[in-house]
Amino acid sequence: MSALKLLIVDDEPGIRSGAERVLRDFSVGYPFMDEDFTFEIYEAETGEKAIEMIDSTPFDIILLDNKLPGIDGIEVLEYIKNKEYDISVMMITSYASLELAIKATNNGAFNFVPKPFTPQELKTSVENITKNLFLRRMTRKMKEEGKQIRFQFLSVLSHELKSPINAVEGYLKMMKDKQIGNNLDDYMEMVERSIERIKGMRNLILDLLDLTRMESGKKNRDLRTIDIIEIAKTVVDSVEPLAIQRNIKLKIESDDTLFMTADKNEVEIILNNLISNAVKYNKEDGEVFVSLRKTASNIDIVIKDTGIGMSEDEIGLLFQDFVRIKNNKTKFITGSGLGLSIAKKMVELYKGTIMVESTPDVGSKFIIKIPV
Amino acid sequence: METNNKKKIFLVDDDVDYILQMTKILENLGFEVVSACGQKEGEEMISKIKPDLAILDLMMENKDSGFILSHRIKNIHPNVPVIIASAMTSETGMIFSLEDESDRGWIKADLYLEKGLRTDQLHREINKLLKL
Repeated sequence: MSALKLLIVDDEPGIRSGAERVLRDFSVGYPFMDEDFTFEIYEAETGEKAIEMIDSTPFDIILLDNKLPGIDGIEVLEYIKNKEYDISVMMITSYASLELAIKATNNGAFNFVPKPFTPQELKTSVENITKNLFLRRMTRKMKEEGKQIRFQFLSVLSHELKSPINAVEGYLKMMKDKQIGNNLDDYMEMVERSIERIKGMRNLILDLLDLTRMESGKKNRDLRTIDIIEIAKTVVDSVEPLAIQRNIKLKIESDDTLFMTADKNEVEIILNNLISNAVKYNKEDGEVFVSLRKTASNIDIVIKDTGIGMSEDEIGLLFQDFVRIKNNKTKFITGSGLGLSIAKKMVELYKGTIMVESTPDVGSKFIIKIPV
Repeated sequence: METNNKKKIFLVDDDVDYILQMTKILENLGFEVVSACGQKEGEEMISKIKPDLAILDLMMENKDSGFILSHRIKNIHPNVPVIIASAMTSETGMIFSLEDESDRGWIKADLYLEKGLRTDQLHREINKLLKL
C-alpha cells in the first residue's frame, strides 16, 4: 500500500473537512498495479499557505479552489508550473467559466470539479487523477531505464570494438619495430592472433546486425512453415570446417523432417549460435550432439557437447549481453559475448525457453523448448 | 645467473593479446614477467609469487578489478609498487590521478597509466618506481 500526499486548498472549512472525510478511507487500484494507492491528506485555507506547503512537502495531488481570499487558485497553479513540480492539480470551483478553464488547462490542471460535488463525484475524479499520475510516472521511469540500458550497451560495445583494434595495432607496432628480430617466422604467432582478433570483430559486427534487426524489425518477420531439420543440417555443414580442424564429430539425431511455423533466419541464428559454441568450447576429438524432436506440446532442441563445461556461477551470467566466461580454458577463444543473449531473445520470440545443464570439464547441454 | 638479477613484474590483464605483447616488451626491457589472465587468476597467484612490481588492468571481470587486486597485493606485499594501466580515460572520459589526496586515500596503487604508452615512457616509469 503506497500513500499519495494530497493537499486540499479551499477557504471553506466545510469543503476541506468534507473532502478529508470522503478520501480518508478511499483507495485506488489498477489490476496491473502491484499495490493500491491511499491518500495522506493535508489542508490549506489560502493560496499563500498552499505555496508554503508545496515548497516544503512533495505533494502528488492538489485539489485547488480558484476563489481564495488572497491569491487565486490559478496563481498557485502557475507557481507549480513554473517550479516544474510533478504534481497533478484538480481545480475545484463554483464560478467555472470557459476563460478560467482554458487558463487552468494551459497551466497544466488535470481537470475540473464543480462545486458543490457529491462524495462519489470527488472519488471518481481522484481515481482518474491517480491513475493518470501512476501511468505518467511509470512511463517516465521506463523511458529513463531504457536510456540507461542503451547507454550501458553502447559503452560496453565501444570497449568490445576497441580491444581487438588495440590488440592488432599492438602486434603491428611490434612487427614494425622488429621487436623480436629479423626472422619473419618468429612473428607468425602475432599474425595468427591478429587474424583471430579481426575474425572476432567481424563476428561481433554480424551479431550486432542480428540484434538490431531483431529489435527494430519485428514486423518484418517472415513466418511460414519450415523444416527445421533442413536448417539444422545447413548449420552443421557451415560449422563442420571448424570442427574438422579440431577433430570434433557433429551428429544430428532426428526424424527426416520436423515442421514448425517460424522465420527461417531466426531459427538459423539460434541453431548456429548454439552449435558453433558447442564446437568452439569443445575439446580436441570431442563430440557435439544435436537432437530435434516434437513432443505433444513442444519442439525440443537439445545441443550437447563434450567440452569444457561451466560452473554454476558462470551459468548465471551466460545469457547477458557481452558476457563472456573468462577463465584459463577460454582465454584464447574469441567471441562477441552476444551469441547466447541473441539466441535467448529469439527463442523468447516463440515463447520458448532455453535451459542449461553443465559440468566443468565434462560438457554442456542446452535445451530449447518451443511450445507448438 | 643473470636471471636472478632480473626484476620480476606481475602482469594482470583480461586480454590475452595485451599480455602477450606486454610480456614481449617487458622482456625486451630486461624484466622477468609473470602473468595472469583476469582478476580471479591474478588473485590466485598473488600469494604464490613475490614480484618487484605489478602492472594491473583496471576493468576485467569487474569494473574495479584493478583496484581490488591492488588492494590485495598491498596487503600481502606492502612495498611492491603497483601500476594500474587502463584504457579507461579514452573510453569513458573518467580521470583520476593518484596525486590527488582524496583519490590516494582509497586507491591503493602507486601510479595510474593510460594504456598505449610508448615503450620508453613505460620503461622510465617502471624504473622510477623500482628506484633503478
